[in-house]
Amino acid sequence: MKPKPMKPRTKRLIMVVAGLATAGVAATLVVNAFRSNLVFFFTPSQIAADEAPRNRAFRIGGLVENGSVHRDGTTVNFMVTDTAKSVPVAYVGILPDLFREGKGVVAQGRLEADGVFHASEVLAKHDENYMPPEAAEALKRARGGQPDSTATLVVGPPASSVHASNGATASGGSKQ
Amino acid sequence: MIPEIGNFSLMLATAVALVLGTLPIIGAARGNLRWMALARPAARLMFLLVVVAASCLVSSFLHDDFSVVYVATNSTQALPVQYKLAAFWGGHEGSMLLWLLILSFWMFAVSVFSTHLPREMIARILGVMGLIALGFLLFIILTSDPFSRLLPAVADGNDLNPLLQDPGMVAHPPMLYMGYVGFSVAFAFAIAALLGGNLDATWARWSRPWTTVAWTFLTIGICLGSAWAYYTLGWGGWWFWDPVENASFMPWLAGTALMHSLAVTEKRSGFKVWTVLLAIFAFSLSLLGTFLVRSGVLTSVHAFASDPRRGVFILLFLGIVIGGSLALFAWRAPKVGLGERFEIISRESMLLTNNVLFLGAAASVLLGTLYPLVLDALGLGKISVGPPYFDTVFVPLMAPALFLMGIGPLARWRKANLPEIAARLKWAAGVSVLCAIAVPLIEGRWSLWVAIGILLATWIVSSSLVNLWSRVRPGEGGQLGAKFAALPRGYLGMLAAHIGVAIFIVGITLVKGYEVEKDVRMDTGDTVALGPYTAQFVGTSEGAGPNYSYLRGQFDILRNGKLVRTMYPEKRQFASKSEPMTNAAIAPSITGDLYISMGEAVSQSAWVVRVYYKPFIDWIWGGCLVMACGGVLALSDRRYRLARRSASEPAAAGVTA
Repeated sequence: MKPKPMKPRTKRLIMVVAGLATAGVAATLVVNAFRSNLVFFFTPSQIAADEAPRNRAFRIGGLVENGSVHRDGTTVNFMVTDTAKSVPVAYVGILPDLFREGKGVVAQGRLEADGVFHASEVLAKHDENYMPPEAAEALKRARGGQPDSTATLVVGPPASSVHASNGATASGGSKQ
Repeated sequence: MIPEIGNFSLMLATAVALVLGTLPIIGAARGNLRWMALARPAARLMFLLVVVAASCLVSSFLHDDFSVVYVATNSTQALPVQYKLAAFWGGHEGSMLLWLLILSFWMFAVSVFSTHLPREMIARILGVMGLIALGFLLFIILTSDPFSRLLPAVADGNDLNPLLQDPGMVAHPPMLYMGYVGFSVAFAFAIAALLGGNLDATWARWSRPWTTVAWTFLTIGICLGSAWAYYTLGWGGWWFWDPVENASFMPWLAGTALMHSLAVTEKRSGFKVWTVLLAIFAFSLSLLGTFLVRSGVLTSVHAFASDPRRGVFILLFLGIVIGGSLALFAWRAPKVGLGERFEIISRESMLLTNNVLFLGAAASVLLGTLYPLVLDALGLGKISVGPPYFDTVFVPLMAPALFLMGIGPLARWRKANLPEIAARLKWAAGVSVLCAIAVPLIEGRWSLWVAIGILLATWIVSSSLVNLWSRVRPGEGGQLGAKFAALPRGYLGMLAAHIGVAIFIVGITLVKGYEVEKDVRMDTGDTVALGPYTAQFVGTSEGAGPNYSYLRGQFDILRNGKLVRTMYPEKRQFASKSEPMTNAAIAPSITGDLYISMGEAVSQSAWVVRVYYKPFIDWIWGGCLVMACGGVLALSDRRYRLARRSASEPAAAGVTA
């Protein structure tokens, strides 16, 4: 059974339709995956005001409250605060090296019925002088600053200048 | 004195770049031979000047010249010498200088290896690259001078980020940049062809090896970065869909599409317009990657910079390069014309599908990477796009591409015959299905995803072998050995790269399917089961490395009750940093890695410990290296050498005439 040779125009039409159909399917797929995997960000104050969703993963940010870290086997409990309100967080596993009381932290997980935020992931930052932007944002909002600003990226002077200038004063006397 | 020499030679290089970026291009438009002839010497002079500048920075690092801000920020006296060299690109300013150094290296390489190109072409190519270099030189001098002084000098520096004190980090950035910046050559070829209006198969043959070499470096660079993340970050992950990783992955996707499209342009002089567009995309995505990583917009290890002026400059530069080249494309592309016709079922159509899929993948990565940034910049809230998005999008986009990888190389150009291909591949299909069913059963747990992964991987390998066999089968035309020796290296490179992809897929599939990850509390003497092994915590000891002190755990690994090896994960405390660093212990083997890292102490002798068993994970990087070997094989194809020789003669004759 040999198919009849198609006219060039028919062929082109088939190609265009096939192309559009593929692109359409791909675009739908991408947009759907995108929508269902967007992770929103909430501050401890927003959670206290019951603005956070109960059945969806989201991110929280703030400071680890001093004296709040308790480890029980592999489970860790701690409080994340934006200085106005705090949220209890539970996490099972190993925390990143830069996780410390009083330092900025970002956690991703779900708010369960017990009011505890069960983190599936506590984000590691690789520079001790670096404040996670979400944490900075939470503090800023709690202080009554304008919500949302790109200027929250860095809190305090950049690492390099702090250290360089400290070194300069320290070595002032020892220079030959 | 030395830093000033460095600074001065950068300024001289700027002047040279300005000349290089203007006169040869104008000369090519007006037919002014002298202006065109400037291109080659100017490119070489610029390379020399940049090398001088880079050597000055290296020398400042080696001499511990802490009167230079950049050195004081990224080095200490106690830093081992290889990391003093790597500290060159440990921060923002040095990375930019490295970018420039590699760009001028590529310009030098083009000026040496393109003796066969017509002089208009070479003038335009080097001119375009000169303009890019000018942009980066201005950026370095105006916003990121690596030579600026710190007065009075400090006694000791601030140390290199301990995460970067690693052999992988010595090699990763240069490799990655060789790839990124290497696409500037393909880009310059495309722009030169648009300016000159001579886009043809010869043009494709010239620009193809440059694209392949850039792609090869980028593949190795990404692979090193992924391996580094695996063994340094201590989470045992090898790819996080982190924006910085995405920044290097997008040019790779576009570059892969470009390589395949160039094949059509060279062999069938088709896809010309499309190829040019892909060359523009690949380099634009490289620039965008630089912008994302270097401007400080990202929250990641690599975002050193925090100066908004830099961001504005790069954004402006990005706008000019991408906008300008797309405008030029819109203006000149309609004159290029279409290539040969082809049927719906043909190698061309399959390569086109490959291109569309790869570009779709690049676009979806771009969406997931930029959307949160744009939203944040516009003040519309903070969101993040998690790895599940990328996983969900990637599998369905890549699966058809992998399936086509088996068929495409067997299909004929212009018009292929599906029943014929099906008949040739029936054994390959049978073997793949058998493996797909057998492997999950052997591994002990059935999983649809593992079956699909193994199906695609064996499909690629077996169809490649069918393809190879059809070319070397003894019979008419010689014996097996002779036929194999006569195969073009480009063809072998293609097969090797495809098999590399298959190895890579086996790695991902088996790791995802059968890895064991446990975070456990372990006291001295406790054991934990780990795949086929058992790990026993023996205890801890203390000691000191060259510029850090450590606490080391000891774990005995038993298999069937016998001790097979001992592993020593560490917690390192660098003198210059307040926080400790986790150094995981990894026992690699071809069938799977054991991975142990220390968490925190929970009592005098007990620790929370992370123990992983990662089956076949090394296949991921092994596959990447095989892909890169494919690139190297393709580069050694003799037609490039022949083309150079044969093309240089008529060109020379044309000049004397």
